[in-house]
Amino acid sequence: MSPTRPPRARRIAGHANPTVVEPGPFTPAGSLPGRATGPEGDPAPGTVAANGHAAQGAAATGATTAGAVATTRPPASATIERMSIEGVWLAYGDRWVVRDVSLPVRQGEVLALIGASGSGKTTLLRSLNRLTEITDGATRAGRIALDGEEIETMEVNALRRRISMVFQQPNPFPMSIYENVAYALREEHAPGRRRRRRSRRELEPEVVAALRRAGLYEEVAADLDHPALRLSGGQQQRLCIARGLAVKPEVLLLDEPCSALDPISTATIEQLIVELRCDVAIVIVTHNLQQAMRVADHVAFMHLGELVEYGPSAQMFGAPRNQRTRDYVGGVFG
Amino acid sequence: MSASATPESLPAPPASALRRERPRDSVGSWPLIDRAAYLLCWAVGIGLCVAAGAIVVFMLVKGIAYVRPSLLFTSPGVGATQATSGGFLDPIVGTLLLAALGILIAGPLGVAVAVWLGEYGRPAALARAVESGIEMIAGAPSVVLAIFGLLMFSRPFLAFLSQTSAGGSVFGRSFFTAGAMMSLLALPLVVGATREGLAQVPGHVREASYALGKAKITTIRKVLLPSIRRSIAGGVTLGLGRIIGDTAIVVILLGATLHLEGAGGAPGLSTLRGTGGTLTSYVKYFSPAGEGNQAEKAYAAAFVLLLMVIALNALVTRLTHDRRGMFERMIAWSWLPFWQRTTNEDSP
Repeated sequence: MSPTRPPRARRIAGHANPTVVEPGPFTPAGSLPGRATGPEGDPAPGTVAANGHAAQGAAATGATTAGAVATTRPPASATIERMSIEGVWLAYGDRWVVRDVSLPVRQGEVLALIGASGSGKTTLLRSLNRLTEITDGATRAGRIALDGEEIETMEVNALRRRISMVFQQPNPFPMSIYENVAYALREEHAPGRRRRRRSRRELEPEVVAALRRAGLYEEVAADLDHPALRLSGGQQQRLCIARGLAVKPEVLLLDEPCSALDPISTATIEQLIVELRCDVAIVIVTHNLQQAMRVADHVAFMHLGELVEYGPSAQMFGAPRNQRTRDYVGGVFG
Repeated sequence: MSASATPESLPAPPASALRRERPRDSVGSWPLIDRAAYLLCWAVGIGLCVAAGAIVVFMLVKGIAYVRPSLLFTSPGVGATQATSGGFLDPIVGTLLLAALGILIAGPLGVAVAVWLGEYGRPAALARAVESGIEMIAGAPSVVLAIFGLLMFSRPFLAFLSQTSAGGSVFGRSFFTAGAMMSLLALPLVVGATREGLAQVPGHVREASYALGKAKITTIRKVLLPSIRRSIAGGVTLGLGRIIGDTAIVVILLGATLHLEGAGGAPGLSTLRGTGGTLTSYVKYFSPAGEGNQAEKAYAAAFVLLLMVIALNALVTRLTHDRRGMFERMIAWSWLPFWQRTTNEDSP
């Protein structure tokens, strides 16, 4: 299969696999009474956010902490579809790593991409803000749109300010805590426009607001000018989230943001993700199924580059329709 | 959420129960060939230390015997005896001038070349050619560079960098020309250190900046270069050491005169377009093998030169092995407005 001539993109809607759930209108969380079980059909996503999936997921995988998260997560008031991924294929060289994936990304919910290593989750995530472009030999087919506009046609730096990303390893820049966030806020110099450097007085309220949103401000308020590299791992990751939020993105991509963190920092960041989903569409890649249960409203399971199953968290962890999903969630492989 | 994740606090075991973890592997259990190689490594290391120590001690003993503070502040004299031949103020100034000029050219140029090679490197054929060129310069003897420099800077269109004789021929000897060729000595060191630093910055740091909507050039300027300033500083300091220690270029392109000879015109420019000497040429001149043949002066100047090189080496070690991040703190502190600077433990 030639990477330069990808196969004709196919939509999930016309996919032969009946277990793939059509992206459909999302019922606001909390608007429906709790329906803890729903193996038949698509359980109301609202029940997922409120109370449904955690208990089921725990039963399916033996998780014990998900219930605590699910009961503390605030309901998302409304959902808006911000991104659409339609028939996306991605290849590195002549190796296809994502095959014909279609998904919606909605503000008001957290979408978790799960799957074993090498299933193409991270590649798919990186393609959403065109970070795959910086990898030599990467090719893509299919359509990815942000608010109806194809990302291919957008100026790449402007796009990345609208679709921010946080990585697996905390990666604060070698600057002060303040400068890390202020760096994100300073706009790129546009050709033909006079450069204007915003003063600290102008930037500080926005820096503080971003740090507050990331739940970090109280811990660093007195040390804003201290080097960011001196923060703990969890604080560094929250600083990275603050940096990502500072540009006021519409979509926040999280690539295993807690994999290098201790359980306490993980819990803090998970709580933050759940709270942020009302304002920002969130896509999280995680290997940690319990984490996906705790934070996600919808889950997409990928295997060897294919989207095997997509659905509400309760269904995916409680009653997956596809055998491969059942095996993965049940720990048979992965 | 956090309640379920908070670990229960456990009492620590008593201090008497703690024992220090030690490696179980001992050299005695190694095969004979490995033990022999290990001993050889030790012997070579100790031998190098002894050689370096002998040089320092010898120059220290000789130098301290002859060095006087007044030598540092008086210009060389015309006398033929130790008492009347003055000090070496001019060579010290010459050394500093030449080092500053050389590194002012090599520093930015070397960093720019390294960034282009490391972060862009396109077209690949040109990048390979540039790499080969830098390797060639690094391997070329400085006397070859000096001869090339003399030929090049004697061209009439470069006459403004040096002096011109009454007959119209261009001398090609000046601090400008010597500094330019000296920069070639430092350039490979700066390029190498910068490239090494860039290679050590993880890819996810670059991606984190791109993911914030920053252009590649902004990422390089604001994230990568500040990240590797220690590597750059190390390369620059090594380059300075190379410039300070060279003699061939000084003799051929600077004139190796005892005094700074201005070329006329504006005071600063006159000196830079004029000839002069450095501590290395001074040592050569006054060594028993040189025309001056005043060994005491040569030992004293060599002692000062050695101190400068040792200080630079110490600075390199400090900058490249600073585990406590003092350099970062120093830079961060220097960026602060003065009213926010404190003298607590976080500020150097």
